[in-house]
Amino acid sequence: MTERKGVSRRGLLGAAGAAVATGVAGYAAHSALSGEESQAADTTGPVEFHGAHQAGIVTPAQDRLHFATFDVTATKRDAVVSLLKEWTAAAALMTAGRDIGQYGAVNGPGEAPPEDTGEAVGLPPARLTLTIGFGPSFLVDAKGNDRFGLKSRRPPALVDLPHFIGDNLDPNRSGGDIAVQACSDDPQVAVHAIRNLARIGFGTTVVRYSQLGFGRTSSTSRAQTTPRNLFGFKDGTNNLKLEDTAKLEEQLWVQPEDGPDWMVGGSYLVSRRIRMTIEIWDRTSLGEQEQIIGRGKGTGAPLGKADEFDPIDFTAKNADGEPKLAMDSHVRLAHPQFNKGAELLRRGYNFVDGSDGLGRLDAGLFFLAYQRDPRKQFIPIQQQLARTDTMNEYIRHVGSGIFACPAGVPAGSFWGEKLFA
Amino acid sequence: MITITVRRATAVAVPLLAGLLLAGCADDKTAAAPGDTTGPVAVKATDSECALSRGEVKSGTSTFSVSNGGSKVTEFYVYAEGDRVMGEVENIGPGLKRDLIVELPTGKYQAVCKPGMIGDGIRGDLNVTGAAAAQIDEDTALKQATESYQRYVNSQAIALEQKTTEFVQAVKGGDVAKAKELFPVSRTYWERIEPVAESFGDLDPKIDARVNDVEPGTEWTGYHRIEQALWEKNTTTGMEKYADQLLVDVKTVVAKAKVVKLNPLQLANGAKELLDEVATGKVTGEEDRYSHTDLWDFQANVEGSQAAVQALRPALQQRDAALVTTLDTNFKAVFAALDKYRVGDGFKPYTATEAEKKQLGAVVDALAEPVSKVAGVIAKK
Repeated sequence: MTERKGVSRRGLLGAAGAAVATGVAGYAAHSALSGEESQAADTTGPVEFHGAHQAGIVTPAQDRLHFATFDVTATKRDAVVSLLKEWTAAAALMTAGRDIGQYGAVNGPGEAPPEDTGEAVGLPPARLTLTIGFGPSFLVDAKGNDRFGLKSRRPPALVDLPHFIGDNLDPNRSGGDIAVQACSDDPQVAVHAIRNLARIGFGTTVVRYSQLGFGRTSSTSRAQTTPRNLFGFKDGTNNLKLEDTAKLEEQLWVQPEDGPDWMVGGSYLVSRRIRMTIEIWDRTSLGEQEQIIGRGKGTGAPLGKADEFDPIDFTAKNADGEPKLAMDSHVRLAHPQFNKGAELLRRGYNFVDGSDGLGRLDAGLFFLAYQRDPRKQFIPIQQQLARTDTMNEYIRHVGSGIFACPAGVPAGSFWGEKLFA
Repeated sequence: MITITVRRATAVAVPLLAGLLLAGCADDKTAAAPGDTTGPVAVKATDSECALSRGEVKSGTSTFSVSNGGSKVTEFYVYAEGDRVMGEVENIGPGLKRDLIVELPTGKYQAVCKPGMIGDGIRGDLNVTGAAAAQIDEDTALKQATESYQRYVNSQAIALEQKTTEFVQAVKGGDVAKAKELFPVSRTYWERIEPVAESFGDLDPKIDARVNDVEPGTEWTGYHRIEQALWEKNTTTGMEKYADQLLVDVKTVVAKAKVVKLNPLQLANGAKELLDEVATGKVTGEEDRYSHTDLWDFQANVEGSQAAVQALRPALQQRDAALVTTLDTNFKAVFAALDKYRVGDGFKPYTATEAEKKQLGAVVDALAEPVSKVAGVIAKK
């Protein structure tokens, strides 16, 4: 780890109490960073928690993920609001690289359990972002009951995802009332964040499931190189990037005309746990692998092109008259040109959750995609992929979720304040 | 044998109470007639009622004369707010009469019979009238907390010895059915005060080790050794020596528990440890893996935790009233979750699905987190 900019957790322990009171509004002044792009290069510094949009969406994708969804066990609206306030205060501290609570991890009274669990002591902020989303079940339960007086606030775009062909969803890895995406360049920082939020939540929420991701599979900035997924291919070359500001308004952020008010400036997250049968994939010839994806495995260039970012030519044909890019290749089926212009901001992570007991790695891609309206973006795209993508022979969707992620949190506000307003 | 629990406000009251205590034992007073405003309160406990000869007593020392006219073993408690145990009598068998002598300051209480020992019990209001109770300072509150909890430990220990004796007799007499019936009952008293018992060195493993807890070369003894024979092989054969050893070990624990001196932090940490036991051993079904009577232990651990926390209640109330509210709510939630598994005087065999275990785990976590904060609040100067 390189020498970090900003402040160390240990150095700040004494200041933690004051930080709670001020909501760390003053933190930006400490930051040596000038903008999002420099954050991609600096893997240790903080990412500002407050802002117009939630951090962790267009923030240049960090290397590590700890994603968790929570079910709310409390039945009172006030209890949920208190929790969201507590979570927000903790999130502001943790993303700034600080311990939570008045005393933090090691400065409290010896007789009491420490307020902060402590495994991030001495670690830099490591670009931690915490992004919250609310699932349909948070607003209306399975029986249609209005749990917290929020039923009428359900955005039409927050639909229940339909069944896609081949879905083999495990209910214990799907859904959830609230999702929190923790991304960081240090895995321990990400785990620390989810662990402490889960702890604060006891009595109000229970963890429904959690997922670790060890490597990013998307770039969300042109300053980043394109990473590889567990098929060994570059993934996310054509992703929406933070530099595409006009396109982000069109494809990513909920606009005032979309409504509802509490979602304007926010985005919808679809999560899919995609198991890859990598052992089978690895027995597939290089040529077939490239045909299935539609890109060269080495360069990441579209088939028939030399460079990763060369424009894709969907009409190019081989000498035998067959298209260079197979009609059922992933790149073609997922491309906006064949999806009425719909795009996604992908932010997925590779995972290997041990092995499956049958001698195979429990490996895959934890797919995360943000968008302005899932009805026009993820759902039709996935319907097309589920029907015809050759890649389906090597993947299985085993977990799923959809969440409404509101706009950013202004200093002094809390997660979901507008939803509860 | 007469089990008597006395609550003393201060050390000064001891000689006086000791006198009353003796009187209660020797005379075995009959209850006062209805209409009396003084004298012992007669409690008619049956399987379905808990009738007090009067619902009002004067502040100071009161005697409750509990006769069990039902068919089940019962317990009698006087609870202050939050089910704080002011005094209790355990293990009152059918046809028996026991006295509870307890000092009650002015206020509102509940008198509770628990036929079958499990659950919320049959509750009635008890009004204690007189001059308003004097405000006590924090040190006094803490001192009273430990004294009150030590009395709780004492009465649990006595019942533990009684019920374990019965269990051991059943095992040695070859009565498999009776032994099976008494197994979870005798363990209830053990589980309520387990952190105290555990503090006495190697007795806990001898009494309560699971088969996988035993060091190679050491003989596996105790409750679970007998449990395995009872449920796996449906026999008591060969268990006689383990039964004898169990009673010897339990008697040693009981003797130590009766004179144990605790401080408020030990109460707080004990309350937390009992919930740790629930979370790690009971929710998972590891504790009573042959009999599946885990929920008895579960309930007993939570009751023991509540007894310790509520003993600290007056002190906690002064320091962190919000925490007290959370504790009350979350203790209730755990008992409510357990009630779903009740059948008759006990619990269904614990063979819960993963989803059910998750639900129980969630209510325990919800309680354990605030309980873990009690020690810090108590320690605050």
